Amino acid sequence: MDSICQSLAEIVGESHVSNRPEELYVYSRDLGTAEPHLPQYVVSPRTTEEVQQVVKLANREKIPVVPLGGGLTLAGLVMPLKGGIVLDMKRMDSILEVNERARYVLVEAGVSQGKLVAYLDRHHPNLVHSEPGAPGQATVAGNVAIHGQGDLAQPYGFNSDMVNGLEVVLPTGEVCRIGSCSLGQQWFTQHPLPDLGLFLGWCGTTGIITKVSLRLFPRKRIRDMGVFVLEDGDLVPDILYRISHTEMAGDLIAWSQELPVTVSGLHNISIFISGDSEEEMELKRKLIRVGILGEYIRSGTGGLIGLSANVRPRLPRRPPVSTIQDIKKGGGFEYVGAIMPVDTYPECCRRGADISARHDIAYTLLGRVIGRSHAMMFSWSYVFNRADEDSVREAREALYESDDLALELGGIPWKPGVYGQRAVMERMDPNTLSLMKKVKELLDPNGIMNPGNWEVS
Amino acid sequence: MYELRFDERKCLGCQTCDCLTKCQYMDIDVETAKTEMRKIINGEDSFVLRQCVTCYACEEYCKKGNHPFYLIVERQEELDIPPLPRPLIKQGVQMGIPWRGDLEVQHVQEPFLDMCMFPQLAGSIQGRLFDGLSIAPTDTRQRAHFFCQLMYLHYARSSVIRERLPQIIENIAKHNVEEVVCFHDECYGTFASYAPAFGIEVPFKPVHFFEYLYNRLVDLKNDIKPLNLKVAYQRPCSSRLSSDKLHFVDDIFELIGVESVEREYVGEHALCCGGAIRMQKYEGRYELADDVQKRNIEDMVQAGTQFCVFNCPACYDTLGHLTARSGINPIFMGDLCRLAVG
Repeated sequence: MDSICQSLAEIVGESHVSNRPEELYVYSRDLGTAEPHLPQYVVSPRTTEEVQQVVKLANREKIPVVPLGGGLTLAGLVMPLKGGIVLDMKRMDSILEVNERARYVLVEAGVSQGKLVAYLDRHHPNLVHSEPGAPGQATVAGNVAIHGQGDLAQPYGFNSDMVNGLEVVLPTGEVCRIGSCSLGQQWFTQHPLPDLGLFLGWCGTTGIITKVSLRLFPRKRIRDMGVFVLEDGDLVPDILYRISHTEMAGDLIAWSQELPVTVSGLHNISIFISGDSEEEMELKRKLIRVGILGEYIRSGTGGLIGLSANVRPRLPRRPPVSTIQDIKKGGGFEYVGAIMPVDTYPECCRRGADISARHDIAYTLLGRVIGRSHAMMFSWSYVFNRADEDSVREAREALYESDDLALELGGIPWKPGVYGQRAVMERMDPNTLSLMKKVKELLDPNGIMNPGNWEVS
Repeated sequence: MYELRFDERKCLGCQTCDCLTKCQYMDIDVETAKTEMRKIINGEDSFVLRQCVTCYACEEYCKKGNHPFYLIVERQEELDIPPLPRPLIKQGVQMGIPWRGDLEVQHVQEPFLDMCMFPQLAGSIQGRLFDGLSIAPTDTRQRAHFFCQLMYLHYARSSVIRERLPQIIENIAKHNVEEVVCFHDECYGTFASYAPAFGIEVPFKPVHFFEYLYNRLVDLKNDIKPLNLKVAYQRPCSSRLSSDKLHFVDDIFELIGVESVEREYVGEHALCCGGAIRMQKYEGRYELADDVQKRNIEDMVQAGTQFCVFNCPACYDTLGHLTARSGINPIFMGDLCRLAVG
């Protein structure tokens, strides 16, 4: 054990630090197409104080630090591009508080989506959070840090819009609280304090989130869903706009896939609704089915499956956006998600299908509405065989093309990897870039935080 | 290549037009029926082509066996008046395309049960009742190679059936069996009614699943423990193509000691499950589906039904949860028979 390893062990305990090759190997990889990068150490802290001490040590020794939640961004965002310490936050997995009246939950950074779901199911059955389509081991803090979206995106926006407060360890080791919690009050709001939005969307390059307070929402007793099927993708934006106008729907997802063959060449809109009574549900169904979709059905241009009290809903436990992969052998999956104007859905699909075809990958395209059609998260997904280098390369090239496409169509790659970050920064207003650089240099003078990401040259 | 063997003289000479006058969904008198059938025979548009909910019943009502429903579907397709929205038609047609590998011919012996699109239900085919029975397909990836295609009658796509059915028949024939027990009523209707109506040769003898069950129950007669239940049979649309086999329902019930409740919607008056109606594009079809289902289930409830017995997996999927909600247990006929013999 070298001296740094020894120092880390003194902070977190010997069993929570490693520089053994087999463990570094695991932390060097991401489930996507990014090339692996080995860290020098892996550390798993339990408390904010331990995180502080690790960061101070890293500053002294000028060693990079990369905070890691679930590691499921698939874009290589938590791989140690320049080596250093991977700070695995998953031991910090306590749910600290649920405030029913103010509808928020306070969690440590390592709390997983699955843990929060189970906890709320058991202890606060009247409340839900906006659950993303990622597997249950993804972390709540990691998701808000990347401006994630969940199944409440259509009514309530990005998951990062639902943050009431943060506790962060700055790159220089101080602990800060952002929001009402900074006054020692409840963690119920960030307003009306001066905006200190310095930690979300930064890939951990400006500090380490150790706690997050997240808004919760009413959980309704009854859920239902329908799928509206179309051949003409050009109709999708207008239908999404009109459904969101009703304010009756929950999650709204438009998708188009080449496989299975049943759905090939079609566009589908999954419409989720919820309510506390059959009367409420029936009102919502009718407003959507009759008021909005009826004219398309009667003209024969759209067909509806479900969204009826008498049709057994094929509800997944929660919307399973991420269960579409596993079509190719080899189990590799990565996607470019981009925040796009909803009107771009048809072009995103057409061009996305082209990209997929050129790289011999079945197209898998999806747009989740955020807000009242304010935007959508559109994803171009590519499956590949991990054991086949050519397959990995094709997927990687398709991903790069998709990053470029998102920008060309007026959107912004969401949680972009290094390639996408550079593409965004190339197009960014120079004063904005300059501000980013100033913020970064102010907060992280030694440049230790997840270097290689969002580096303004 | 294959054309409907329809004798227009039989139709034009028919005095009662039962096919339309008995329709449960259209209120048509004999004169109107004659007029509209004439239009349909001549390839002209008729309101019948739009108001038809595709319940298949007129195939049974026609005393002359002249296939009025198949003709209606032909005309719907020719005149481009499908009852379903086009995207659902496309989706449905694509559902039958095999894409998970070529046909794998399994080694089977008779008796042989064709599971069609439902190998996922093969778990029910076990126990003494099904001793010695070979099944195919057992892998859901193979099911499109056995799919009888008949559901496209709901889609005004008889052409798809004619295009694909010969290959399906060939796939089954490759298993070298002389008799094929059809798990689903619809498969039996395909081989015993639709194929002959269009001149498509079937080189094996289709056996109705209920006929198979009845014969097995007779074999095991001494082991049957009467169930003493009150049941209602949900007659699927495709049963209208095999009305000569409908008696096996009551024959089976008698053997296993269940009472078929007295209710309105049985036999010729049976109501379809409403699943196809709900998908249709015409105004009011959603509400009609609700109404059909409500009447059907209320009818069962009022008759004191304990179990609703199904043949068709689509009917089960459509109505099963609704019957359960009303306190009636949904069950497949095969499973009911298994309860009786253990």
